[in-house]
Amino acid sequence: MGSTNSTLSKIPNVEELMQETGFTPAHIVRLYDRFEALDKEKTGHLRPQDFGAINRLAMNPIGDRIIGAFFSPGQETVDFHSFVRILAHFRPADKKRPKDPSMPEPVNSRTSKLKFAFQLYDQDKDGKISRAELLQVLRSMLEMQVTEEQLESIADRTIQEADLDKDDAISFEEFRKSLEKVNIDHKMSIRFLR
Amino acid sequence: FERRHVTVFSGAMLSFSIIFNVLYLKISDYATNSVIYLCCSSLLFPGLIQREGGSMEQEMGELRRYRTQSISRGEFALSDSFYFYRKGLESIVDDQVTQRFSSEELVSWNLLTRTNHNFHYISLRLTVIWGLGVIIRYCVLFPLRITLAIIGISWLVIGTTLVGFLPNRRVKNWLSELVHLMCYRICARGLSATIQYHNKNNKPQKGGICVANHTSPIDIVILANDGCYAMVGQSHSGLMGVIQRSMVRSCPHVWFERSEMRDRHAVTSRLRAHVAAKRNLPILIFPEGTCINNTSVMMFKKGSFEIGGTIYPVAIKYDPRFGDAFWNSAKYNMVSYLLRMMTSWAIVVNVWYLPPMTRQEGEDATKFANRVKSAIAHQGGLLDMAWDGSLKRDKVKEEFKEHQQKMYSSMVVGKKARNSQEPHTESSKS
Repeated sequence: MGSTNSTLSKIPNVEELMQETGFTPAHIVRLYDRFEALDKEKTGHLRPQDFGAINRLAMNPIGDRIIGAFFSPGQETVDFHSFVRILAHFRPADKKRPKDPSMPEPVNSRTSKLKFAFQLYDQDKDGKISRAELLQVLRSMLEMQVTEEQLESIADRTIQEADLDKDDAISFEEFRKSLEKVNIDHKMSIRFLR
Repeated sequence: FERRHVTVFSGAMLSFSIIFNVLYLKISDYATNSVIYLCCSSLLFPGLIQREGGSMEQEMGELRRYRTQSISRGEFALSDSFYFYRKGLESIVDDQVTQRFSSEELVSWNLLTRTNHNFHYISLRLTVIWGLGVIIRYCVLFPLRITLAIIGISWLVIGTTLVGFLPNRRVKNWLSELVHLMCYRICARGLSATIQYHNKNNKPQKGGICVANHTSPIDIVILANDGCYAMVGQSHSGLMGVIQRSMVRSCPHVWFERSEMRDRHAVTSRLRAHVAAKRNLPILIFPEGTCINNTSVMMFKKGSFEIGGTIYPVAIKYDPRFGDAFWNSAKYNMVSYLLRMMTSWAIVVNVWYLPPMTRQEGEDATKFANRVKSAIAHQGGLLDMAWDGSLKRDKVKEEFKEHQQKMYSSMVVGKKARNSQEPHTESSKS
């Protein structure tokens, strides 16, 4: 039963974090509690196993990829700051924020969200979703339920539709174009209460 | 002991309990009702995030709305992964999912810090009200309840022993039922339990087997408030042993030694013998084998369904707003669990008696068990789980994952047979 302020003082550089991500102090506190709850061994860092302990996540067909999104290449642990930064992508867009071209793109803007989703597909980070990468995602989501031929035909069709420069891969621009009518802010946001 | 003394003594006990019943219980009933009224105006304390309540199909349909093909044609869209992505991140942020082996977290807080794990200091007013609640629960309600419990249990032991001395068959049975009922009713008051029985015409008859879903040891008190059952269980030592031995004196229960429990055939044959004697009280069995947190029904162990005879299913549902009745035997032992129960606001229970079922021709015990389980789950508004309470979590996750994949594949490759239901439902909490 601690007050908001006492928890906030435990987190280093919390002002900077709030500025960067746009979370309110109350949200940071709740996320910190969640971080601590997941960090069962109290090391101050999360490892992939800690995420794996969340039942709902383990049941998610692309759960492993989601966990992977938290860990930068080569990193084996996630500290609280990185944890919050990744989650900030899913904050609903601030409608009131004026478009300031000199400021860096806010982390929860439509473009940032799309980029984040793009990285889910583009695991090798070469800026393109290749046919093989698309097949991998399809395989995770469908596994035993469809045949390999069906998977390949789905992948082919998808690339055909989205690939505008005919290089047999989907670049970020093509990805963005193909999803321009989707309400990204609604579908890729988690609404925090209070 | 002279006969005369025994009669006088039992007469005194009887009259004392009657007076006690009338006065003290009326007061505690009144207290419970006013507490329930108080609780209805409890403050709201929502969860961390707002969740969409739609099913996978609904959400996918929304995601794909911009496309020209309809969802039934089946197509993959790059946006499909967003659904899974968001669900995954929601579970990272706030695992509000009811994990079957831990207590159900309530969205609206009932002033019990034990049911709200995210409790934070919010305001002075709330803390004051909470503090008042603590005082009422621990200093007013608790002494009342524990006195009742002590009286109930001691009267059970004394009463059944006394009845055991009687030789006559019919009077003995009648008196033993009376004693049992009275004691269980006192015990129920000792927990401030308000029980609503539905469909009393389906009440278990003599020579039958009563099966119910299991949430806590209190289930026995809840059911025995309305009828007499023959209990089945392991014989304990200590206080439980004393209670068990005295109960057996007045009417037959089935207590097993620990060594006997391992021999399934011995257990089944003893139960069968009990059921065959048509004048014996119905046996009370909890086929799940362990306490579940009252949001779902786990797999029923088929042993109970191999005995034969008529099965009378009963569904028990606790109202979580007033107190969490689930016994997490890993976290709490029996005594601390009972103390927790006695310092809750109240226990509000709904009991449904379901029509009797018998094993049909060509139906094996497992199928029959599942049939009974579905009926109970359906009536009690609980989720019908296909898994064993003692199953390892990993296997469970694989099954769930496969289920998600199955559901999604029907949207991509085209509508297949629509016979799968989501094993979990997002409750309308948020």
